[in-house]
Amino acid sequence: MKDNPSRPLYLIPYYLWIALFVIAPIALIFYFSFLDLTGAFTLENYQNFFSSVYLRMTLSSFWYAFLITLITIVIAYPTAYWLTKTKHKQLWLLLIIIPSWINLLLKAYAFIGIFGLYGPANKLLQTLGAGPWQILFTDFSFIFVSVYIFIPFMVLPIFNSLDKINPALIDASRDLGASAFTTFRRVIFPLAINGVKSGIQAVFIPALSLFVITRLIAGNKVITLGTAIEQQFLVTQNWGMGSTIAVFLILFMIIIMMLTGQKEKGGSYNGKTK
Amino acid sequence: MAKLSKTAKVYLVLVFAILYAPIFYLIFYSFNSGGTMSSFEGFTWEHYGAVFNDTRLLIILMNTVIIALLSSLISTAIGVLGAIGIVFLRNRKTRKAVLSLNTILIVSPDVIIGASFLILFTLVGVKLGFASVLISHIAFSIPIVVIMVLPKLQEMSRSLIDAATDLGASKRDILTRVIIPYIKPGIFAGFFLALTYSLDDFAVTFFVTGNGFSTLSIEIYSMARAGITLTINALSALIFVVTLGLVLGYYFFNQRAGQSPGTGGAKL
Repeated sequence: MKDNPSRPLYLIPYYLWIALFVIAPIALIFYFSFLDLTGAFTLENYQNFFSSVYLRMTLSSFWYAFLITLITIVIAYPTAYWLTKTKHKQLWLLLIIIPSWINLLLKAYAFIGIFGLYGPANKLLQTLGAGPWQILFTDFSFIFVSVYIFIPFMVLPIFNSLDKINPALIDASRDLGASAFTTFRRVIFPLAINGVKSGIQAVFIPALSLFVITRLIAGNKVITLGTAIEQQFLVTQNWGMGSTIAVFLILFMIIIMMLTGQKEKGGSYNGKTK
Repeated sequence: MAKLSKTAKVYLVLVFAILYAPIFYLIFYSFNSGGTMSSFEGFTWEHYGAVFNDTRLLIILMNTVIIALLSSLISTAIGVLGAIGIVFLRNRKTRKAVLSLNTILIVSPDVIIGASFLILFTLVGVKLGFASVLISHIAFSIPIVVIMVLPKLQEMSRSLIDAATDLGASKRDILTRVIIPYIKPGIFAGFFLALTYSLDDFAVTFFVTGNGFSTLSIEIYSMARAGITLTINALSALIFVVTLGLVLGYYFFNQRAGQSPGTGGAKL
């Protein structure tokens, strides 16, 4: 008798929201992916997607996202690990997070200055004896800025899972004669793998769909799936093709979520809903 | 407890330096009397003056704040009611389904949200501009509010509600005098997050804003594409200070709320 059996009225706005802004948009994307420029039904968009141009773009988008994610993990893991060892670790963690709250565009804009022909990066290169380089509008600048943007999103989940490890386990491993490296490989890493997985989720999918950084920093040389969707929708006005790319992006997203999904085993700290 | 090794310290300092360097670089050059971000000529406030004298920019700033406040207020209201509804759903399967639908907008790439909303608004006939931007911001903020409020609701003991019912409280009383006070910290956290999401959003807004309407992110994007103007630096310095204030405020608010759980309910 705790719950009232009748559908409560106050749920109406929320259900309306689900219908209008969650279900309808996905259905529309799917529907539009079968329309050509005139609005007639066609499978052409899907055919086009499997043409060499789009396949190459998809592959390069994946390659960039993979590189960005990998470098982010390499940088973020030690950061998170050592952060858990500091005094006032919550405050330090907050300081890592703060840059992620600064508007993405401002950070991208800063790098336009830093990587510019007369910017500090080139000044440093010049004092080291290497002439001015065109850093902006290259793959390097794209990957660098993306990694910069994503570091906090990788540090946070890894920190959280490392922080949950019971220190007694590490002591035990040491007492049993394991070296620091073995302890890390056999105890710490497996226990914190869920943090890495969440981190991959938080970085890989956005990295596939970046379009701000590609436009501002990579000078349209790098085209990700996100850039392509934006291009089709807002420049070419080919909503059908844009929707088809979006359908594939959604598919990739689902696959990645499934691959990095957390097994119930031991990682059920998010399982409040059970 | 083991102390940090030297390598660890150097590494952390380096990471912090890299994370903050671009931000301080922007702020530093906002005081440059020269027009570039590469050579510092002299100290000046002129770029800050430019921000405050640019009526167009001020209108855009106001738009941004109005959209953020309105969208987070409305999304908090809908989200809180939604979260309460979800908690009281008896069927586990339905609850799980609703929760999955709830997370879709959180995990979807902005580009897809923006593109699909653009299709939706065009089909339904919502004019692109203030209304479409506001509705989009409400739409993508609701799930965040739900996520922030749910844990508070789940930790609330059902006997509180039973007790209130036994004491003769109406459903309305239970909502306004038992549930809402109890989950207040979650509501504030949700509202605050919605606010920052709205202030921060670029990609979704970029899709659904028409020609006449612009928010700060959109404006910065078009300014940055045109090249370096130190007005953006001054603007970013101001935004940084405001963001820092908000984040620190949120942090201390959360700490207080975390230290004494249930203070929200104790105020009755």
